[in-house]
Amino acid sequence: MNSRTSELIRAHLWVSFFAFVIAALMGAAQMLARSELTAPAERPETYFISVTAHGTLMAYVLPTLFFMGFGYFIAVTALGRDLPSMKAAWTGFWLALVGSLMAAITVFLGKATVLYTFYPPLTGSAFYYLGLVLVVAGSLIWVGIMFVAMRSWKRDNPGKPVPLAMFATVASAVLWLWTTAGVAAELLFQVIPAAFGWKQTIDVGLSRTLFSWTLHAIVYFWLLPAYIAFYTLLPQAAGGRLYSDTMGRLAFILFLLYSLPVGMHHLFMDPEHASGFKFLQMMLTTLVTVPTLLTIFTISASLEIAGRLRGGTGLFGWIARLPWDRPMVLASGLAFVMLAFGGFSGIINMSYGMNAMVHNTSWVTAHFHLIFGGSVVIMYFAIAYEIWPKLTGRTVASEMPLRLQLWLWFIGVMTMTLPWHVLGLAGQPRRVGTFDYSVPEIAWWGPWTLVSTVGGALMFASAVIFIWILLTRYRTTTQPVAPMTYALAVHPPRRLPSALNGFALWNWLVAFLMAIAYAYPIAQFFIIDAPQALVHGA
Amino acid sequence: MNEQEILKTELRWSAIVAGAIGVIVVVIVISSAAMVLHPPSNIEPIDPTSLHREGEFVEANLGSIENPDGSITVRIVATQFAFLPRCVPVPVNRRVVFRFATPDVIHGLLISGTNVNTMVVPGYVSQVNTVFPEPGDRFVPCHEYCGIGHGGMWSIVRVVSEEEWQPDSNGRMTCEFPH
Repeated sequence: MNSRTSELIRAHLWVSFFAFVIAALMGAAQMLARSELTAPAERPETYFISVTAHGTLMAYVLPTLFFMGFGYFIAVTALGRDLPSMKAAWTGFWLALVGSLMAAITVFLGKATVLYTFYPPLTGSAFYYLGLVLVVAGSLIWVGIMFVAMRSWKRDNPGKPVPLAMFATVASAVLWLWTTAGVAAELLFQVIPAAFGWKQTIDVGLSRTLFSWTLHAIVYFWLLPAYIAFYTLLPQAAGGRLYSDTMGRLAFILFLLYSLPVGMHHLFMDPEHASGFKFLQMMLTTLVTVPTLLTIFTISASLEIAGRLRGGTGLFGWIARLPWDRPMVLASGLAFVMLAFGGFSGIINMSYGMNAMVHNTSWVTAHFHLIFGGSVVIMYFAIAYEIWPKLTGRTVASEMPLRLQLWLWFIGVMTMTLPWHVLGLAGQPRRVGTFDYSVPEIAWWGPWTLVSTVGGALMFASAVIFIWILLTRYRTTTQPVAPMTYALAVHPPRRLPSALNGFALWNWLVAFLMAIAYAYPIAQFFIIDAPQALVHGA
Repeated sequence: MNEQEILKTELRWSAIVAGAIGVIVVVIVISSAAMVLHPPSNIEPIDPTSLHREGEFVEANLGSIENPDGSITVRIVATQFAFLPRCVPVPVNRRVVFRFATPDVIHGLLISGTNVNTMVVPGYVSQVNTVFPEPGDRFVPCHEYCGIGHGGMWSIVRVVSEEEWQPDSNGRMTCEFPH
């Protein structure tokens, strides 16, 4: 990889990780505020500024900048050619960086304490929303570069299968394009005009529906780098081969199809939608489990190949033979454990009736901190460790600190989230800064919250170690760093039907599913002459 | 392994996946259809700017009222940063219909120890039906961020025995928030 491209990729990753470590500190401080202990500057204003910053940096800056950087890395290494336009890529980076700073500074000044999910008719400073629009604009330049990179490679390699890593990255880019449409419409037509004072009222039913369009698909966008690593980095790191290349393509196509028409499961408890469409989107939500279940099979089979090649025998003997000391293998194993817990709670959340037990309680916070904070972020770490030598030409002398950091993150996530399940079932609400533990009915929540506070502190410690490792543990040695390679399939595809080598067909299917799932739920607000709510400054 | 063998294992796993999802779907469909577990979905528009002046959510009409058929209707306004009224009494083992509305921003609530849970969205009435089998105080926190004072927005549902349920001549009863 040439140094100019490496510089571009590292710039993205550093912005992403810097935002991450700030947000991790905010998270740990919030756990302290919610516990019986006293946090520094424990006031509601500070708490909600902190929650807004944590959500904004973790949800919009960390994954977006990470995937942009990782996507460029894949495009260059998997396709074996330079990016179509470095100038466009840097423009995207600067837009995203300026946008991130604009949004973060506005939040820290206390001008946009609206949480990262906005909640109109509450409105903050327009600079907050404009900052996020710039981040999205930067990421859409990335989407364009990914499209052009794949198309020009296909033109020069007619009939050849696009490498799975690139196919999956472009699937994610297509997904991102669809995902941003909902929130973009909400911000540009409703929230930003209100924030500037051009409009005095907001149709809240419509804004919640538009945001729900984005809200589920965005978490799959966060998740997909982890899946790309499972399919294209893990089998090789474990010393084996990918069981099935086709199944990988299918999984990413299914993510594209089924993570979009399901967002209304975030609105089960909302009064502005009828149960019919909630029921329909719940049924579609059950299908989101399919690509994950297929992945579990394919990845387990790939690891079994690796374990048996390394001399493992018997039904489960191959598991012990896997090279668990390698960061990518260790992180993947831990990610699967957290995915299992988070997946279980997710099935409760999407179940229409049972959701009433847990909606907006700490249970939900536990669910997405296990999946995003746990499984996804631990794979971001592993990916960074995997590609850092390729980006810098440096390697680590010992992988011990890397393993320690991964284990610490895992233990932190589990310690923090397990009590949240208990408290959530007991009705502990999310997004509340302090509790009056002298009230006898909730006094028993105190010790559980303290356990979570310890978990949050462990996670923050792990985040700091992660940055320390990237900054100081990678050193130049006499050994040259081997060029990047991706996992080989047991039977590498020679020719593929165009449906498994591009996205034209799948885009039409997404459009069709979105029309079924969202056309009426959005149109109804124009049909029923929906009431307008007055804009309220946050 | 050749490609046919790999395909065969994948098809077998797909059948297992289909079976697992089938079971989940059957459980959900049975629970929602047979046990009539539906989330609040009444799409009942109300003008948030005038609900405190006219209609069922005027101040004098809030709180618990016994209907002629013996069921209870509870009307609550969620506003920055309190529920009005802050304490509502209801008798055990009677059908209770909760109706919520807000004049300002998004709120939400749950009643601890029950499956009552709804968002309160400006522009719409949220309605939830339930029965309380046990007497005692139930905490009702606002569970959706509604502004800086959100964390202090709590109220109480006081479930009382049949003997303690003593409505006035209009069928109304009130209680005091303890803290």
